[in-house]
Amino acid sequence: MNVYTPILILGILAFGFAAFSVLTASLTGPKRYNRAKVDAYECGIDPTPQPEGGGRFPVKYYLTAMLFIVFDIEIVFLYPWAVAFDRLAFFGFCEMVVFIITVLVVYAYVWRRRGLEWD
Amino acid sequence: MNGTVALSAADLQQVTPATGIFTLIALLIALPLAGAAILLLGGRRTNRWGPYLGVLTVTGSAVLAIVMLVKLMSLPTGSRSIGQNLYQWVFAGSFKVNFAFQLDQLSIVFVLLITIVGTLIHIYSLGYMAHDVDRRKFFGYLNLFVAAMLILVLAGNYLLLYVGWEGVGLASYLLIGFWQYKPAAAAAAKKAFVINRVGDVGLSLAIMVMFVTFGTVNYSDVFGSASHASQGTLTAIGLLLLLAACGKSAQFPLQSWLLDAMEGPTPVSALIHAATMVTAGVYLIVRSNAIFDRAPWAAGMVIAIGIITMFMGAIIGSAKDDIKKSLAGSTMSQIGYMITAAGLGPIGYVFAIFHLLTHGVFKAGLFLGAGSVMHGMKDNVNMRMYGALRKVMVVTFITFGACYLSIIGIPPFSGFWSKDDIIHAAFERGTLIGVAGVLVAGITGFYMTRMVAMTFFGKARWEDDAHPHESPKVMTIPLVILGVGAVVLGMALLFWGNIKTWLEPVTGLTEAPTVIPDWAIMTISLACVLVGAAIAFVMYARRSVPTTAPRGSWLTRAAREELYGNEVNNTLVVRPSYYASRVLNWFDARAIDGFVNGLGGFTGAAGTRLRRMQTGFARSYALSMVGGAVLVILALVLVRL
Amino acid sequence: MNPIMASAPALFTIRSVDYRAISPVLIILAVALVSVFVEAFVGRSARRPVQLVLVFGAFLATFIDLITLHATRLVTAAGSVAVDGPALVMQGAIILLAALAAMLMAERMVDPSGDPFAARASSLPGSVDEAEFSARGYFQTEVWPLLLFSVAGMMLFVSANDLLLMFVALEVMSLPIYLMAGMARRRRLLSQEASLKYFLLGAFASAFFLYGMALTFGFAGSVNLGSIADAVSAKPSQSGLLLLAVAMLSIGLLFKVAAVPFHQWTPDAYQGAPTAVTALMATTVKIAAFGALMRVLYVAFGGIRWDWTPMLWIVAILTMVVGSVIAVTQSDIKRMLAYSSVAQAGFILVGVIAVSGKGLASVLFYVIAYGFATIGAFAVVSVVRDASGEATHLSKWAGLGKKSPVTGAVLSLLMLSFAGIPLTSGFIGKFAVFSAAIANGATWLVIVAVIASVVSAFFYARVIVLMFFSEPTEATASVVVPSAFTTIVIAAGATVTVVVGIAPQPLLDLVNNAGLFLR
Repeated sequence: MNVYTPILILGILAFGFAAFSVLTASLTGPKRYNRAKVDAYECGIDPTPQPEGGGRFPVKYYLTAMLFIVFDIEIVFLYPWAVAFDRLAFFGFCEMVVFIITVLVVYAYVWRRRGLEWD
Repeated sequence: MNGTVALSAADLQQVTPATGIFTLIALLIALPLAGAAILLLGGRRTNRWGPYLGVLTVTGSAVLAIVMLVKLMSLPTGSRSIGQNLYQWVFAGSFKVNFAFQLDQLSIVFVLLITIVGTLIHIYSLGYMAHDVDRRKFFGYLNLFVAAMLILVLAGNYLLLYVGWEGVGLASYLLIGFWQYKPAAAAAAKKAFVINRVGDVGLSLAIMVMFVTFGTVNYSDVFGSASHASQGTLTAIGLLLLLAACGKSAQFPLQSWLLDAMEGPTPVSALIHAATMVTAGVYLIVRSNAIFDRAPWAAGMVIAIGIITMFMGAIIGSAKDDIKKSLAGSTMSQIGYMITAAGLGPIGYVFAIFHLLTHGVFKAGLFLGAGSVMHGMKDNVNMRMYGALRKVMVVTFITFGACYLSIIGIPPFSGFWSKDDIIHAAFERGTLIGVAGVLVAGITGFYMTRMVAMTFFGKARWEDDAHPHESPKVMTIPLVILGVGAVVLGMALLFWGNIKTWLEPVTGLTEAPTVIPDWAIMTISLACVLVGAAIAFVMYARRSVPTTAPRGSWLTRAAREELYGNEVNNTLVVRPSYYASRVLNWFDARAIDGFVNGLGGFTGAAGTRLRRMQTGFARSYALSMVGGAVLVILALVLVRL
Repeated sequence: MNPIMASAPALFTIRSVDYRAISPVLIILAVALVSVFVEAFVGRSARRPVQLVLVFGAFLATFIDLITLHATRLVTAAGSVAVDGPALVMQGAIILLAALAAMLMAERMVDPSGDPFAARASSLPGSVDEAEFSARGYFQTEVWPLLLFSVAGMMLFVSANDLLLMFVALEVMSLPIYLMAGMARRRRLLSQEASLKYFLLGAFASAFFLYGMALTFGFAGSVNLGSIADAVSAKPSQSGLLLLAVAMLSIGLLFKVAAVPFHQWTPDAYQGAPTAVTALMATTVKIAAFGALMRVLYVAFGGIRWDWTPMLWIVAILTMVVGSVIAVTQSDIKRMLAYSSVAQAGFILVGVIAVSGKGLASVLFYVIAYGFATIGAFAVVSVVRDASGEATHLSKWAGLGKKSPVTGAVLSLLMLSFAGIPLTSGFIGKFAVFSAAIANGATWLVIVAVIASVVSAFFYARVIVLMFFSEPTEATASVVVPSAFTTIVIAAGATVTVVVGIAPQPLLDLVNNAGLFLR
């Protein structure tokens, strides 16, 4: 069981930290609530604006963020391949090409559907 | 029955493959099935000639059945069990079920009853339903019923029997609700369906237990290896089969649908709810004799159920003013006789079937007679509005009378022979059972005489616009045939057909001594019947019958309410399940949410603030998932402990 | 000795992949990519025909491929994919049913506006934009690549022999369905709500699965089902962690099969999603989820079956009873079918509990038979309409059988099959599942199951009564004459239901010859 002891300790620490922060904040901080305080906060924009009379609400930021993550992860996959390039040889090369093509197709889709344009 | 089990004859009789005329067994079923398909799928094109086609297919089956009977009689006793295997239906590993039919001494008598009475009722319906716009559909359903019923009795294994079992249920459901514009008819159809499903639970579980115990559901294999199974298993199978029989044959406690089923057209009541389908339970028990012989406790339950229903039906029949419902009560009661006889074991099986056959004929006659009366009385079913019809409906009166004498058991009419045999067998088993049989015979005398007296004797109490008249030939000819059957069938089967030795290879037959001598039993029961009949005659033919029913004693009122069977069902089953469903539904939709709200009250400000930020009900679903997760983990951990 | 260093070189060993054996999934994935490409480069008007050719072509090619592969029994890709009998049978069924669902999605005659899907999923319901897109006659074709990705996920899900791959497959299967569920053309708020709920709860369930996977890895040191089985039999005493792992993995999978108490998304999602997507969810996802559930429980945790069968007993009983009883009070046909699908999941669980080859075969039979009946039923639902779109409220079905006898008769047939009436596929399925369970000693469970199936017969019969035994009113919906697409689906559902009921042998042979899971 001692293999799991560090995990257990980590868990307790993590929980303790979270509990501590929330508790201290609510005990020590001033309690002046306003609308902005209970809103979800993300990078300074209103998460769900409702245009008057209905209409589209901007998802540009989310879109860009998600595209970033997709390509970011692609890079993460490329690193280990680069490290073991010699041993993986031609097989590894082919697999990576297939992988990149799949991402490329998605890229083409996003590009053609104007997902990369801000306005 | 003193502990030892005689090896019943069914274990010995081998099934021989079909040759010659018997290769056409499937045709018996295929004819009405094709009729049903053409009539139901053919649409309006078949309106003109459809009903005649319906009659023709059933007649064809009847003719074929008679030819087969003749051929079967010419075979030696031991080889009268014919099997025809159409194809391998279900085959999985060691489990094989064939789409196979089995024609033997037991099934052929059923086939004859179904096809011949079926033909007569089809012909009668030509007249009775002449003015119905949907009569093509009616004949389609009737054909479907005949096909399903034939599958039921010709099946060579329990699984195929189950097919027929559900098939007749479906046809019966469609026919009870045939006049769907009457809300009562639609409700009755639904009730019959639901209650029958309860019985079906028994049959399907019985089949599965059989399959697990014996590895097969073929009759011959199951019966052959029944002696190897444990007492407990056999009792379980027996009780499950009894539950199935109760559902289909309207026996206590699943009896309540039969009276409502009278909302269907009268020919339907005659064919399905008197002569054939409701006797399927009796067939099931007699067919499974190898199991009941070895499960005495289950057989005892069969007797108990039979006796209870026998009384219930008779009492209900004595109080109803609706001629069809009174007859339905009588049907319950008579089937109670058969079930009791079937529970008696090898001393009673043969007589159960014997009574079933005679009853099938005279009860069909009574129902068709009632239909003929209704036809003349503008579909009025209230016997208090009848009276003195013997003069205007002579043929109906005479045939009804013959069937009446038969059902109450006056010698030498059919019912006398079969009922006397059952009562005799009951005395062989135990005096108390016999006394019950005699008492119910007396009540039968009462309610049937009451019916005849109120309908055909006394003063005319017709409504002003009623002009009773005799029915057309197409209706009276079947009546006459059934009436003749009611007179001669008992003697014919007993003395010419030798029903006892005929059925013995399938069911076995033993006799035991009785405490009271034979002649005394016969005399007592006849006396009982005559006393019952005399009381009824005095009450309903001599005195005048009020057109509105008097309040009556508590027993009369209870009987009018069908002995509160519906109330019992409602209180014990319908209402609790309704509420259970409501509660579960409410719980599913709201309770968890309420729990969240309640929880919120306890967890203070932080929790409240968190909750306020959430919208929708997804949270409560998620909470219930957490609850489920706890349940799953607990279940896993507790098992280990 | 540092275990991490010792195993490091092995991470980069080249393992052989039998591309031939996994070609069905590869075909679908490749076509899905092409399909995305089509979305990017093909003109708006030509997209639909091209996509239809691609999708049905892919299904056809894959199905033929599966037939040529039918005798393959191997484990490949470093032990992470098992191409065995049950996997191939389920993949074949998934392809067929997905093709039928695709036909429902392609139907354009039923909705007067031309398409069952929203013109632009991104437009706000009820907004000016939405009206404008509709007016311009926009149709979206993105559902097709989504469908293909989802189907690829399902096919991988049933043959994944590795928890990690199984998780990836689970997500590949689920994410496109969450999206498609929110794309209904009518009643869009309901549809989006359904989508969001399904997504949130699905993510929740995925977390359970992932957590279970981590615990399993902690216990066994591997995510490969075969290695887990070895670890389970090697050290059964260290069981606390193992039990928790089994619980978590089961929760993730029981969510997908819609077992109580993880079922609450079902009625909402079934009701809100476009009917074609509901048909997909109710059939293929169910098959895939049961395939994965059985593979995990049988292969990895077969050694401790006595620990988890009681838990499944409880879940199965709850599922059957709650599903059947609640369905009785439903007044919306799609919600009723949802609860019916919950109840049916309970019946299938009875077969899972048998933990035997017979149980496996019976479950395969059941899900296939049920799949065809269900897709037929949803196809019928999609053509019963009034002015506001699909008439799903049961009061609008009164007397429908008189107005449209054929439609009424087909739906009645399917209802009878759900109820398990003989000579329909449902009867054979129930019989197979129940007798497999009894053979393994679960008699009491089967008694509960049979009683639940009686209760369920009640609400199935109610639909029949409503259609045939009541008079049509002014509110009664009418049946729209669909194009060949929906007609084929309805005909296929009804035909399979009857044929498998009367001559079940070919299908029984198929599932019995599929054999057991490989490891």
